[in-house]
Amino acid sequence: MENILAQAKKVAEEAEVFMVSAEETPVQFEANRLKHIQTKQSTHLALRIIKEGRLGYATTTETGNAHSLVDNAMETAKFGMRAKFELPSPTTYPQIDIFDPAVESTSIEKMGKLGQELIALITEHTPDIICEAMVAKEIISLRIINSRGGQASYKKSIFSLGIIGSLIRGTDMLFVGEIQSSGRPLTQPGEVAKVVLQQLELARNQASAPTKQLPVIFTPRGAANALIPSLMMAFNGKTVLEGASPIGNKLGKLVFDPKLWLWDDPTIAYRPHSRPCDDEGIPSQRTPLIEQGKVASFLYDLQTAALAGTRSTGNGSRRGGLPTPSPTTLIIAPGKTTFDEMVSDIKEGLVIEQLMGAEQGNILGGDFSGNVLLGYKVESGKIVGRVKNTMVSGNVYQILKEVTAIGSQAEWVGGVVNTPPIYCPRLSVASK
Amino acid sequence: MTDIQAVGRQLAEAIKGFSADYIEARLEESQKSYITYRGRELESVGQSTAVGGNIRALVKGGWGFVSFNRLSDLPGRIELAVKQATLVGREESKLAPVKPIVDIVSPEIDKNPLAIPLAEKKQLLDEYNDIIWRTPKLQTSVIGYGDSHKKVIFLNSSGSYIQQERADITLRLSAVAAEDGEVQQANLSLGSRGDFKSIQGLQQPVEEMARHAVELLSAPQVKGREYTVVLDPVLAGVFVHEAFGHLSESDFVYENDRLREIMVLGKKFGRPELNIVDSAALPGLRGSYKYDDEGVPAIKTYLIKEGKLVGRLHSRETAAKMNEAPTGNARAINYHFPPIVRMTNTYIEPSSASFDEIIADIKEGVYAKNWFGGTTSMEMFTFSAGEAYMIRNGKVAEALRPVVLTGNVFTTLNNIDAIGNDLEMNQGGGCGKAGQMPLPVSNGSPHIRIRQCLVGGR
Repeated sequence: MENILAQAKKVAEEAEVFMVSAEETPVQFEANRLKHIQTKQSTHLALRIIKEGRLGYATTTETGNAHSLVDNAMETAKFGMRAKFELPSPTTYPQIDIFDPAVESTSIEKMGKLGQELIALITEHTPDIICEAMVAKEIISLRIINSRGGQASYKKSIFSLGIIGSLIRGTDMLFVGEIQSSGRPLTQPGEVAKVVLQQLELARNQASAPTKQLPVIFTPRGAANALIPSLMMAFNGKTVLEGASPIGNKLGKLVFDPKLWLWDDPTIAYRPHSRPCDDEGIPSQRTPLIEQGKVASFLYDLQTAALAGTRSTGNGSRRGGLPTPSPTTLIIAPGKTTFDEMVSDIKEGLVIEQLMGAEQGNILGGDFSGNVLLGYKVESGKIVGRVKNTMVSGNVYQILKEVTAIGSQAEWVGGVVNTPPIYCPRLSVASK
Repeated sequence: MTDIQAVGRQLAEAIKGFSADYIEARLEESQKSYITYRGRELESVGQSTAVGGNIRALVKGGWGFVSFNRLSDLPGRIELAVKQATLVGREESKLAPVKPIVDIVSPEIDKNPLAIPLAEKKQLLDEYNDIIWRTPKLQTSVIGYGDSHKKVIFLNSSGSYIQQERADITLRLSAVAAEDGEVQQANLSLGSRGDFKSIQGLQQPVEEMARHAVELLSAPQVKGREYTVVLDPVLAGVFVHEAFGHLSESDFVYENDRLREIMVLGKKFGRPELNIVDSAALPGLRGSYKYDDEGVPAIKTYLIKEGKLVGRLHSRETAAKMNEAPTGNARAINYHFPPIVRMTNTYIEPSSASFDEIIADIKEGVYAKNWFGGTTSMEMFTFSAGEAYMIRNGKVAEALRPVVLTGNVFTTLNNIDAIGNDLEMNQGGGCGKAGQMPLPVSNGSPHIRIRQCLVGGR
């Protein structure tokens, strides 16, 4: 890395070398049986330069080939965007626990056993269910060095345990599932099974939904799936800078229900997206997004922040390309109402656990529309069964402007979103 | 770059020294470039190169898989894959027989888009962006151009050694219009097998896209309920991919007895005019290839013929376990993943109706055009249109906000009651499955009419 930086400094004003190595071991089960064990090793090297004020960028997997990496970056710098930011100088980073050696040392045999136990818990409850399960461990090492002397590095561990079950009766298919992720080994398959067993219980009977407006409770998984994607686009500093965010000019204004609090937090110990710094070497911080219903701030990387005349929030993330603002771990603060209280408040309504196609609409404008892949009908304060062939449509901004209640118990969804159930007064439902 | 041919020859020798029911290796070298715009400005431009490979081993029905981009210690990696497979294997290995093939596929069909200077690519994108920005009330634009070229060597313990190359271009444009806190967008997605010409000369569609985004600001949202829906060839292509294509991928079916009963060959899914095909053997499309990632030759497979289920897509393992012939549909997006059963170029064959005949007797319906997205749960699927219009008294009427449509595979295909004569293949899509996305595929169809299709709305 030092060699590449040295070569790049000879031809460009500024340079930054980023290297990430990962080793991932997924153990996979198909049709309730162990089927596949994999080991995936990868190393990626990225060079970002500033040449005559413009950004150049190139990546490679060939760590020995510094020369062509520098050449490729130089070629792109002829056309690159004008760099408005300065790479970070040496700084101190928060101490965040994200590496547990127990993940690395968990044996494949142990992982296989965990998967088997998880499947057994589900099939004991519903013998004819067919499950795909996945137990995975991953170790990621990251290092960044730049021409201003800035440098950062960390190593983190991620352990995941997930299952999808399909239950087919005639041409009726029911899909249930849950995935949990942590920086430490997950040793309790019962925690994952609990969610799936509840889904199976609630979906035992079928119910029908009418075509009209109904009150709706989004479970934590439903909220993460239907409401979060639009919000993440709207709070992205880049969308704001372009004037395409519906909340871009509403900083400090009341846009959402005053019961709503949302923040981005990469500093929580052992969360899969936690880290001491972002992918540009900016120290991690907790960033408030919604405070008491008011728009509190947006997410920025270095370049976007510079263009917007503000500071990076440490949300520069790379997904193969140049850093771009993106959320890390999202938290919605719990409220006061229990899930059972919400259900008992509804005369006729729906509980949405998973919406299919929610990300396909005009999510920039907040519109979403999806088929209720897993959801339940509520009648006279009780969940009576699963609904099918039902679509719900709405707008995130209209829904979150006035929510009836926010749940008192938050849950992790996929290890990276923590949200309670959200109870909305009405949503358009279409059914056949 | 590393000479993967030399590494391939070493690997072909090395796997002979290991004992497993089957071992295969893939080696890959690739170059990519991309240019993105957000708003008036170029946002990023970059180039990348990658080299990597993988070993997959089968022992007593269990698979081990090791992927890497450090090409050192290859025997150690083979050993690890075999050890993993041995840990898993508890039954009998089954793979449909395929003759060993040694072939260096000539790269002539694909042009290498990386040979075109970045300046020329940028000039074209600048022109499109200028067109978008000439539209009043336009708030912003997003353009993403990407191209790639890769060379893949496949070899296995049965003696196959195949080298193939492929090039790919994708271009996605979107225009975002805003007024009084309302935000609307319109998109255009294109792709090709490396032919840069295919994305040139699009001035008119780009201008129409930008105008459409602005039009949507004043367009009403459809009322959610069942409608008679007419799909244009682009959206009908996404429909056939989501509504039926995924269900015909045998890896969902082969170990699931209940699903095997539902998906029994001969079962009626549609009316006699309905024919659905998947074919990687069609030349020059984004889903085309000569051999799949298990070294199986590509063929044309009828999934539905005259309304009945007649075939499905297979890997060597699913074909063997279902006692059917392999179809050459095992694909991996790159060396980081094992091959899984995927679609290639999937389409509804044309019939005889003209567009005017299709909409003539619709009193009130929805005409949905252009691709935005789609997904499936096997039984139920959703797909969304980038453009939508009401149909009133046999004529296309006012524009609507984008619509999401949903259906149930066991009823919706049977509700297709008119199939047009105007088959078009759309190259702008990418398919995702098991974390492998976007895989280059193409979808196609003529205009089709679906009765009683559920549309989400206000």
